[in-house]
Amino acid sequence: MADPISLSGKLAVITGGTRGIGLAISETLAAHGASVVINTHANEALASDLARRLATTYGVETDYVVGDVAFAQTADQLARKAFGLAKRLDIYVNNAGIMRDGLIGMVPQQDVDAVIGVNLEGVIHGTQAAARAMRRGGGGSIINISSIMGRVGNSGQLVYSAAKAGVLGATKAAAKELAPLNIRVNAIAPGFIATDLTAQLAADKVEEKVRNIAINRVGQPQDVANLALFLASEMASYITGQVIGVDGGMLV
Amino acid sequence: MEDRVFAQFADVLALDPLANRAELVYNEYPGWDSVAHMTLIAALETEFDCMLEMDDILDMSSFAKAVEIMQKYG
Repeated sequence: MADPISLSGKLAVITGGTRGIGLAISETLAAHGASVVINTHANEALASDLARRLATTYGVETDYVVGDVAFAQTADQLARKAFGLAKRLDIYVNNAGIMRDGLIGMVPQQDVDAVIGVNLEGVIHGTQAAARAMRRGGGGSIINISSIMGRVGNSGQLVYSAAKAGVLGATKAAAKELAPLNIRVNAIAPGFIATDLTAQLAADKVEEKVRNIAINRVGQPQDVANLALFLASEMASYITGQVIGVDGGMLV
Repeated sequence: MEDRVFAQFADVLALDPLANRAELVYNEYPGWDSVAHMTLIAALETEFDCMLEMDDILDMSSFAKAVEIMQKYG
């Protein structure tokens, strides 16, 4: 019996794929046989090294694109690179995200534009580029990384919460439109995950947050990557338009 | 070029080989709606082994325009 979680022969794009959750997803998809095209906003050396390491370690094809996902050209380049590499695009993970917190009345326009641009417009651009490429191959899986803040909101995160909630709307709309083309679209809503962002928090702040997590620990990027792998695979072939939390039972 | 483009139109819109090509206008010709348009784009991209620019997708408002646009890719 064929391994239903295997991604052998498939091609995946991961935006923001060099660090944190994106890095875990890039590594996990490659480890299960997917060729990967990784996007980074600015760190070309990091992307180049990662692409080389994944190719060597897992025997898959890899490439990367440097660019800001807030601009449609980046998604277009990613889809073109994927097609150039393998003449197909099976999995597109809209992961790239930024966080600019601020109390209401104190959020500058440039922060509003940046957070909406990367976190929401980036998902829309990625979905459009991915859907066009996937329909040529007969289907695929688009995975949008939202946030628990997009589901329940959070003080000090007006724009971030709005952008991540927008991702959920985009996910559901795209799932309905693309289902007849055998393209599934789902969202992951991570909770408190150990990344570069959370590493900046003081120990007492981390303890306070963990007290509100039923499973009583900080989540790891691999916890999110495991779900991304499942959603990318044939195991999830009847799942679309869903928002799945990876938050350990976190209360906000 | 024109016949290659027409072959994709004929396949997607189920056209008679003798269909009047001048009548093929987006959102006017029966069956050429937005859903068929994206299927047509995919067919053209596969036939010409390319990826169209977004502006070209939006500009492709008739068969004649499609032929003109595909000259860039063929």
